[in-house]
Amino acid sequence: MKKRVSEKILMKGNEAIAEAAIRAGVKAYFGYPITPQSELLEYMSAQLNSRGGVFLQAESEVAAINMVYGAAGCGERVMTSTSSPGFSLMQEGISYIASAELPCLLVNVQRGGPGLGTIQPAQSDYFQAVKGGGHGDYNLIVLAPNSVQEMANFTYLGFDLADQYRTPVLILADGALGQMMEPVVFPDYDIVKNKVDHSSWATRGKKDGKQHVITTLHIEPEKMEIINNHLQEKYRDICDKEIRFEATKTDDAEILLIAYGLSSRIAHHALELARDEGLKVGLFRPITLYPFPYRQIRALTKKVDSILTVEMNAGQMVEDVRLAVGEKVPVHFYGRTGGVIPQPEEILEKIRAISIAPQMEKIF
Amino acid sequence: MAKLHGHVTINIENCKGCELCTDACPQNSLNMSKNINKKGYHYAILVEENCTGCTNCALVCPEAVMTVYRENKNRIIKPAPMASIDSKNISVSIS
Amino acid sequence: MSKSIQSVQCEHLDKMDIVWDRPDTLIDVPMHYCPGCGHSVVHRLIMEVVQELNIQDITIGVAPVGCSVFSYNYMDVDMQEAAHGRATAVATGIKRVLPDKIIYSYQGDGDLAAIGTAETIHTINRGENIVMIFVNNGIYGMTGGQMAPTTLKGSVTSTTPTGRDLSIHGHPLNIAEMIAILPGAYYVTRQAVNSAKTVRKTKKALLRGFKNQIDGKGGVSFIEVVSNCPSGWKMTPLQSNKWLDDNMLGTYPLGDIKVPEKIA
Repeated sequence: MKKRVSEKILMKGNEAIAEAAIRAGVKAYFGYPITPQSELLEYMSAQLNSRGGVFLQAESEVAAINMVYGAAGCGERVMTSTSSPGFSLMQEGISYIASAELPCLLVNVQRGGPGLGTIQPAQSDYFQAVKGGGHGDYNLIVLAPNSVQEMANFTYLGFDLADQYRTPVLILADGALGQMMEPVVFPDYDIVKNKVDHSSWATRGKKDGKQHVITTLHIEPEKMEIINNHLQEKYRDICDKEIRFEATKTDDAEILLIAYGLSSRIAHHALELARDEGLKVGLFRPITLYPFPYRQIRALTKKVDSILTVEMNAGQMVEDVRLAVGEKVPVHFYGRTGGVIPQPEEILEKIRAISIAPQMEKIF
Repeated sequence: MAKLHGHVTINIENCKGCELCTDACPQNSLNMSKNINKKGYHYAILVEENCTGCTNCALVCPEAVMTVYRENKNRIIKPAPMASIDSKNISVSIS
Repeated sequence: MSKSIQSVQCEHLDKMDIVWDRPDTLIDVPMHYCPGCGHSVVHRLIMEVVQELNIQDITIGVAPVGCSVFSYNYMDVDMQEAAHGRATAVATGIKRVLPDKIIYSYQGDGDLAAIGTAETIHTINRGENIVMIFVNNGIYGMTGGQMAPTTLKGSVTSTTPTGRDLSIHGHPLNIAEMIAILPGAYYVTRQAVNSAKTVRKTKKALLRGFKNQIDGKGGVSFIEVVSNCPSGWKMTPLQSNKWLDDNMLGTYPLGDIKVPEKIA
């Protein structure tokens, strides 16, 4: 049996998330079809009901996220997945889930926008993902995988963090990661050991004389502020403990690339091309987009001469990079939008230009 | 046949003076007090001894402030709770 | 001069039976509703049914947005407060992971028949084995008396200052009749709480709905309760209950709309 668990399987990223979620003991999946994440929904529809959970195709993303609210409120492991336009529709429900402190896993396999946009991969929901997204002061823990293996790994991690902090966790992927096939190994995972007991607050029928209520309504401002202070305290705790990142060849780097998810893979290719030309280039990859590794990026400004942020959008994470860096070193940006994937050669050209003239780029 | 003799006690502090009970009472046994409760409402009181304990006032009362009594003769007992339901024995089908 | 009104005392209460008392399942606090509001009566009836069926510890309710948003302060069962219109999606989520528990949703007309219409229809169409309680008072009470989907023709509200004009605002929505045609609707009824007689019938309908769920009957038990809104209608409670009889029931006639066929 052990052998089976550790064997390599060729899978799409979307399927890897679904399989990992089932192995992590997901009790319910509620979702709605949307390209390019539908394989996740379809995998769940084929597997989950016979493997100890409940699959339900909802009438909309709005309904799906509220089904997640209801089931998460019962203390069960639940999740949903969608792509950009659907994630916009879910924002109201996510705000409620964050306020009510319900643990759950969300997946956004991003596509190009705005509007109905395109079904091609993009990273243009960064702001929406890391700055809250819906109304009110809240944040999600945002995990950004850059491989099919990480799609699986972060599914387990996402459920564990959601349980630990009683907060929604988002896996922010993109259409390419969702669709690409790579070998994946599903690690051993002890569901019983990892599942947190939520019986002290979950609504499962009144027991021992204590009524459990899940609500996000606190009419008195003083009470609402107490709730907000509690949430902010939790987010500070998350920022202290849960920052994850990967640094590649940063020790001697003069130009630092910063990219996450799919664009970090392309940036890594550009790094190799640049190193071949003798350009000292490093790569910093935020893995948690919230909490964002501000301090770690700031520390690197002592070593590098300039920074180039690469994204598949018009410049979103670069704002957080500038927040981290301030005026210490110039921060450049290279991005493609609308579902166009930047090529390593395009990034290399930008690196060459920066190596000649590393002055500050105009922000406005 | 003699009418059933009943009585009503009222939690006057929770009464909001909506007067629905006075209208629902077939015996005109209830009226509104000239006095007010702590919330400032004229509360309902039983003013006649002709209450039959029909419970109409309690049924329409939004605040559930009534307790209705009825004499033992011609006894009608409030239905007892049904047998305890074992949650494990509830079968559920979802189409 | 009017004589002062004295309360009648009874010296032999101990020899009498209590034939009606506040159910223990209704939390003993004053409700926030306006004097004479039907919501309070519906809350109490649900709790009477929960008590009589002895299902308090396996019942989970879902509260809406609207005047009854605080209903968990009164109904002593585990409850979740849903976003506006989403109560039945939340109830679906609960029922699907806890199928042995008894689930009910409680919504007003704006919640169930306007912003939540899609969730309403699809929850019923899936035949979720839950009780849906729909309180129809033809107005948005909490936000200050705006037009609801169920507002009657000609009714003056704060957003129909010259009365609901069907050519502009559309028609009152008979959602119970609409959803009754769905196979997933198991039991559909419309009752009221504006008199002792109608309150008795509403209680019976609620009892039947919850029993349907306990028996595992496939489908939604949908109980609409036509109710008043004295503040929104700008009437006394007594006037509002009479107005309900004279006006609401023409558009929203009382009685069972769909009754399960008897299985031999």
